[in-house]
Amino acid sequence: MMPTFRSLTGLMLSLAICQTSGVARAQTLSIASSAPVTSIDPHYHTLAPNESFSAHVYERLVARDASGAMIPALALSWKLRDEKTWEFKLRDAKFHDGTPFTAEDVAYTLNRVPRVKNSPASYSIYTKAVTSSEVVDPHTILLHTDTAYPLLPTDLGSVAIISHKLGADPATEDFNSGKNAIGTGPYRFISYKPGDRIELERFDGYWGEKPHWKQVIYRMLTNDASRTAALLAGDVGIIEFVPPTDLPSLRKDARVTLAEVVSNRSIFLWLDHSHEAGTPNVTGPNGEVLEKNPLLDHRVRLALSLAINRAGIVDRVMEGAAIPTDQYLRPGSFSYVPDLPPHPYDPEKAKALLAEAGFPKGLKVTINGPNDRYVNDAKIIQAVAQMWQRIGVQTTVEAMPWNNYVSRAGKQEFSVFLLGWGVGSGEGLNPLRAQIATWNPTRGLGTANRGRYSNPAVDTLIDQAMGTMDDGAREKIIQKAMKLAMDDVPVIQLHLQKNIWATRKGLVYEPRVTEETLAMGVREAK
Amino acid sequence: MITWTIRRLFQACFVVLAMTVIVFVGVHVIGNPVDILISPEADQAERARIIASMGLDQPLWRQYAYFLYDALHGNLGRSFVFNEPALKLIAQRMPATLELAITAVLFSMLFGVPLGLYAGLKPDGLFGRTIMAGSILGFSLPSFWVGLMLIMVFAVQLGWLPSTGRGQTETLFGVPWSFLTWDGLRHMLMPAVNLSLFNISLVLRLTRAGVRETLPMDFVKFARAKGLSPQRVIFVHVLKNIMIPVVTVLGLELGSTIAFAVVTESVFAWPGMGKLIIDSINVLDRPVIVAYLMMIVLLFITINLVVDILYMVLDPRVRLERKS
Repeated sequence: MMPTFRSLTGLMLSLAICQTSGVARAQTLSIASSAPVTSIDPHYHTLAPNESFSAHVYERLVARDASGAMIPALALSWKLRDEKTWEFKLRDAKFHDGTPFTAEDVAYTLNRVPRVKNSPASYSIYTKAVTSSEVVDPHTILLHTDTAYPLLPTDLGSVAIISHKLGADPATEDFNSGKNAIGTGPYRFISYKPGDRIELERFDGYWGEKPHWKQVIYRMLTNDASRTAALLAGDVGIIEFVPPTDLPSLRKDARVTLAEVVSNRSIFLWLDHSHEAGTPNVTGPNGEVLEKNPLLDHRVRLALSLAINRAGIVDRVMEGAAIPTDQYLRPGSFSYVPDLPPHPYDPEKAKALLAEAGFPKGLKVTINGPNDRYVNDAKIIQAVAQMWQRIGVQTTVEAMPWNNYVSRAGKQEFSVFLLGWGVGSGEGLNPLRAQIATWNPTRGLGTANRGRYSNPAVDTLIDQAMGTMDDGAREKIIQKAMKLAMDDVPVIQLHLQKNIWATRKGLVYEPRVTEETLAMGVREAK
Repeated sequence: MITWTIRRLFQACFVVLAMTVIVFVGVHVIGNPVDILISPEADQAERARIIASMGLDQPLWRQYAYFLYDALHGNLGRSFVFNEPALKLIAQRMPATLELAITAVLFSMLFGVPLGLYAGLKPDGLFGRTIMAGSILGFSLPSFWVGLMLIMVFAVQLGWLPSTGRGQTETLFGVPWSFLTWDGLRHMLMPAVNLSLFNISLVLRLTRAGVRETLPMDFVKFARAKGLSPQRVIFVHVLKNIMIPVVTVLGLELGSTIAFAVVTESVFAWPGMGKLIIDSINVLDRPVIVAYLMMIVLLFITINLVVDILYMVLDPRVRLERKS
């Protein structure tokens, strides 16, 4: 018996030694991401977790710094040749297989993006403005557009450049296996285990600043509580999307450091403008059907907004992980409107406005919302419902899973419903065009305008901004349009979420407005 | 025997078919996967294009007919989310779930049977009573809570075990298994214990009840009177008789442990099939949902078959019935 036992422990010991001596611990960083990466192909699925991962391996022509401002990446500079022609000057960079990056790769990428097979959410929305490209020399490319299109550099900030050596129509599977996962980014792809982890290694031929970590393990820990536990146990160095319920205890915990920044993701209530009469979930105080949809009355919309104590929601429901807002963008962003503060909490004025609009006895409203999508989504609508009770609006709450909710919201089945919008581009035209502009399938406007709000004056300003190439002049028009729209209360804005990361003590992370968790941004504290 | 097997297979086919219909109708009623997957910035034309490319613009009966046609040709469709064949995705995740579930069922045998035996032989002793009281906890505590407590104690406070995830794997028969490495075993211990708690309690209670029932029976008394050693009476005569219900239940439990390990998998970030199916349901990834459920139905049918055969091995009476 004894010899077997001894050899067994010997085996276990040797295994344990292999385990620890394999990698120098200090050189490895484990990142816990909150959602699964669905593909290594950077053009397959426009999904935040995919982009957060792909920023390690691939680069775009234009990148964003931590504050969300555009900075040169693979492009050194860009300028307008004429109204419809952009010229991009490219930098010297190398792909992970050693081949140099040239204008040929940009043209190849733009051609490949719309041709990815079975893509459920194509990146072609960012490349469709380009009608043709023209390689001038290896470091210069001209991009032609149909009409003047000031957002092209912004859009190209989402398009990862891949090597033209991959040949015609590279398959998504070959990216997942690693064969085609070749970029110019600071990290090389090593392996991908779906739903589990991605392993990366520092690319020594990178043109920019060398990242601190030699190896990066990108783990997908979707359960909030386990993600926090993994950090506390020291199994990962950094976690993203720290759940607000854990914030109070983590703020006091000496083992971790928090990094937070206000994001460009706002949470708001849509108000139904699509029904002239009989909006589904709003009735008179005794349940009687109303002849006219009361949400079409500006006074009612404003009253509902004034009845909400935003500071209270931020403090109690969000545990401080948000700031009140009345617009889509965070202060300091391009085209943020300074004279558009969040609506004050004023229940008296709200009651007066309701009476003035012909509803002295209030209304009966059901708020719909998801319960598994945004931070504390169901709790937020419960809080709003209680606040509305105080001005005589009898409010009930109906929360449901996102997969059911989102289809119904898109079919105008709700009257008052919670949604969020993250402005990836970091400027105001994006929410104006997608959310506020009149729903117009032929022009591709108002695509996310689920309340079907329509304001011709705002539409005109949006068109005007789209044709204005000068940044300063365009910013003024966007601000004017946003102010005009938001004063009309098409949606009731609640708050802007904060992005929160937690790192092990001894590590610091530069918090990013754009939500990505990047190994390049994690450093050892000095 | 042959007619019996054919009847079984026929039933199985019918169950699989009924299940696919339910999934198709169910997913259709819940919502449209494109609304969930598509970029919110995509325009209306792009949305229509994607719906058409996934075949979701067709009437439901036609989508189902296409599915049946492909399924008969061995193709269960490609995942909307991953753009990989659904079966390949499931096969990729299966080893992780299998090794976890089998370890958990082994634990429940290893701990459940001896503890139950002890509690049955010494029902009034302090230890016997403690075992029974403990088994109530095993039944009633929700497994996500127990899982988090295990992590808090053994990973966060004591630092003995890794908190989450699957450890290093070693390839055997072309499949990566983590139970072959020390690191893998360390990662597997907590999730396996968490998954087995319920089954340990179940087996323990079954064993105890069986022992209590069998001990006063004539054949046991006879064996004792014959002068057999107590060990032989307990381990051969008593234990063999009480194993039939235990094997039945464990067989069925193996199936449900594999199929519904989802809570444990998501608490411990274990990259198995349970996590895949939950993620797929969240985004209405129909091909994966259908393929997964088909596989689970087949699994249950196979397990039932194996259990029936094991009966015959364990119980001579069943063998005789079949023959006559």
